[in-house]
Amino acid sequence: MATRFEPKIVGFLCRWCAYTGADLAGLSRINYPPNVTPIRVNCSGRVDPTLVLKALAEGADGVLIAGCHPGDCHYINGNVKMIRRFKLLQRLLDQFGIERERVRLEWVSASEGGRYAMIVESMTEEIRALGPLNWKREMVIAA
Amino acid sequence: MTNPKIAFNWASSCGGCEIAVLELGAKLVELKDKIDIVFWPVALDFKYSDVEGMPDKSIDVTFFNGAIQNSENQHLAQLFRAKSKILIAFGACAQMGGIPALANTKSKEQIFNSSYKETPTTDNPQNVRPESKFYAPEGELTIPEFYNRVRTLDQVVDVDYYVPGCPPVGNQIEKVVGTILSGLLPPKGAVLGASDKSLCHECKLEKTDRKVSKLVRTYETIPDPKRCLLEQGIICMGPATRGGCGAICLDANSPCRGCYGPLPNVIDQGAKMLSALASIFDAESEEDIQKLADSVVDPIGTFYRFGLARSLLKRTQE
Repeated sequence: MATRFEPKIVGFLCRWCAYTGADLAGLSRINYPPNVTPIRVNCSGRVDPTLVLKALAEGADGVLIAGCHPGDCHYINGNVKMIRRFKLLQRLLDQFGIERERVRLEWVSASEGGRYAMIVESMTEEIRALGPLNWKREMVIAA
Repeated sequence: MTNPKIAFNWASSCGGCEIAVLELGAKLVELKDKIDIVFWPVALDFKYSDVEGMPDKSIDVTFFNGAIQNSENQHLAQLFRAKSKILIAFGACAQMGGIPALANTKSKEQIFNSSYKETPTTDNPQNVRPESKFYAPEGELTIPEFYNRVRTLDQVVDVDYYVPGCPPVGNQIEKVVGTILSGLLPPKGAVLGASDKSLCHECKLEKTDRKVSKLVRTYETIPDPKRCLLEQGIICMGPATRGGCGAICLDANSPCRGCYGPLPNVIDQGAKMLSALASIFDAESEEDIQKLADSVVDPIGTFYRFGLARSLLKRTQE
């Protein structure tokens, strides 16, 4: 039997909401796919687009950025700054031919462990259906 | 003491870098007693075989402009690397791919289709395409092989220094030549002939802290010649671009396009500019933000006009 493709997803989770929400998902013993590698950041607004591009260029199949719901940002409006950056980043990734499903911006509060698990599950399945991104390998072949 | 031997070479580029050297004019004549030029396609008649006949490491400094887009470019990059003690990536194309690297948004097939078939002025009923080998009755003819992807000089061979610019400005070229003649060279990998601060530091336009609710393209407006262009809604690459050119485009009331490349320690110039631009969006709701983002017509051509080959993603997915 062929082995199922397991997407590698890098997750940038804000420390005040999304990371705590992910923690809660674990504490509540919710079952969800292990495909997201979480990286705790202080605020979703702290995620430089360089980090997203670097993750994709170096082998990730997708990137999840998750922070507090708009209006709930610990730093007042860091997540709104991320929306501005993210909309532009989406336009850029479209032009590079990278599917929108691969890079997502989501809001997860500290009490939404279930929501975090659901997001990870849907994202994993969507990227599994798309297949590997393989940016690094493609680049070598394209030389 | 013999004069240092200097070579200039020209790969995939427009030739403007060589013209920028020529434009030194009378100063070049003063230089002629201090340096020996051993190869310079734009001005002197040397052949590749002259360079091939030189011993390894016999050229002191080679200024190499142009990206690597075909097998001839690659061969020359390797040849000059072998023959030179110091190899300098001269100009935006050699440093970051430059304008030729925008070809990385298309495949070789698409480029050939456009050039030899689809353009309205092309008349090519037999669909003739360049082939790297052709067998004529007299024997085999060859032309360089066109690559599917444009690369920077340092993606092909080891590079010692970088001189940014499209083209590098005259006074900075003089400074670089002065640095080389002085023998006091910075550590390998350094960027010569540019500042370590962003272009905004040397731009004379007045900057307040205004945000924008609408972006305009240069042809749609005549900007106020005294105020920051970004604050007038024109995308100017200044915040994400190395200074050193003297903000000459801004003097002509035209926005910076980013040819001097990323600032020190920046991995991806386009990502930094994207952040900078998003930070001046005067929009709170998702719909307003979306509208502003959608008004950036060509994100790759705007944020990576000179730097696509050196960017993190390097080319689009086919």
